[in-house]
Amino acid sequence: MNIQWDWIAGNLDEIAAATLDHLWLTLIAVGVGFALSLTLGIMAYRRRSLYGPIAGVAGLLYTIPSLALFMVLVPFTGLSVLTAEIGLVSYTLLILVRGVVSGLDGVPRDAVEAATGMGYTASERLARVELPLAVPVIVAALRLATVTTIGLVMVTALIGEGGLGQLMLRGFNRSFPTMVYVGVVASVILAVALDLALVGLQRWLTPWARARAA
Amino acid sequence: MEIAGGGIAWLLDPAHWSGPNGIPLRVFEHVALSAAALLVAAVIAVPVGLYTGHTGRWGTTVTNVASLGRAVPSYALLLVFFTLTGALGAPTTLPTLVLLAIPPLLVGAHVTIREVDRDTVEAGRGMGMRELQVLRRVELPAGMPLILVGGRTAAVQVVATATLGALVAGGGLGRYIVDGFALRGEEGTARLVAGAILVALLAIATERAFSLVERRTVVPGAGTGSRSIGAAPRAGLGL
Repeated sequence: MNIQWDWIAGNLDEIAAATLDHLWLTLIAVGVGFALSLTLGIMAYRRRSLYGPIAGVAGLLYTIPSLALFMVLVPFTGLSVLTAEIGLVSYTLLILVRGVVSGLDGVPRDAVEAATGMGYTASERLARVELPLAVPVIVAALRLATVTTIGLVMVTALIGEGGLGQLMLRGFNRSFPTMVYVGVVASVILAVALDLALVGLQRWLTPWARARAA
Repeated sequence: MEIAGGGIAWLLDPAHWSGPNGIPLRVFEHVALSAAALLVAAVIAVPVGLYTGHTGRWGTTVTNVASLGRAVPSYALLLVFFTLTGALGAPTTLPTLVLLAIPPLLVGAHVTIREVDRDTVEAGRGMGMRELQVLRRVELPAGMPLILVGGRTAAVQVVATATLGALVAGGGLGRYIVDGFALRGEEGTARLVAGAILVALLAIATERAFSLVERRTVVPGAGTGSRSIGAAPRAGLGL
């Protein structure tokens, strides 16, 4: 473990740029994946017969090895952010669709019926009762998807993206261990930071849970 | 569709089913590496999980270690181990896969024992069982299906990730993917896709095999109980 601290001190801007790049690739993937999954999940929740096919396709995408998916896309979309994001988004779908559907399924029937009794339309009920009550389960899925995506962004270094993965790969090719260690430590810090942010988001979105605990 | 067709044609070519780069040998390498990693991880993680679950101590530590472990990307670990050992193939891939498999196994074993009905455990103690007997005769049989759920998650992840071993000149099905990408062209793409199909099939087969064993190990009387409490911890494990 021969770490050259002076390299780290002298290249903080390069490390920060790689971390930021990694963060962006992750946020785009989880953001787009979540938008798709929320739509698909609500569709599957309202119309049960759609859940099988949706989960089936998402499951199929999930089983494709990441290395192969990124590489197979290269002839079509090139060594680009788009190639990386298509793969990254694909891998979030299974986790997130499952999270949305099981979150909505877990909403107490009483609450749904009370909302209906108060004259809420289906979409009002979804926005004001069902989705808010499903937040804990959905956020749990988001946390898992985010950690997974941070790991997969690393792999996209092989197709020219990768943020911190790129930093590690360059260190690896130059036989410069410091860069490799910096990459892995920074990615763990990034994962922990995003995880804490999501926990904070959940607390902010579910004030009633805090009130009950207090 | 054309791409998938090329991959399937590659798979059906009898020439690819023999020799040192043949499918049977690559599948064997892949399975052997995955099984070895899973075994080593189980030997490390399960006793620790059983201990922490039984005593109820270190519970938060276990969950924290496991979630930190999940935050370390396998690809990054692979590069780190290669940098540390400088060795190609299994000496680098095996520790990577072991570390990947430990979190789900550890949490699985810990949660399993914690979730066993405390009254049942007390009844065991009341019958004069010693602590080890309580663990072996009460907690383990009741919690077995859930331990296997942790094992299933670990196994599927390991089988999928063992593919990365080819990046450090290891064997296994990742060879087809990495070599196919390097080769490019029609033959290269076909080989890459064939490798992807094989890894996916192997992962699905692993999942099915574990599900089958899970169903077989439900102890009479313990079955329904441990199933119904299974949902909550499972969600926590992200399974």
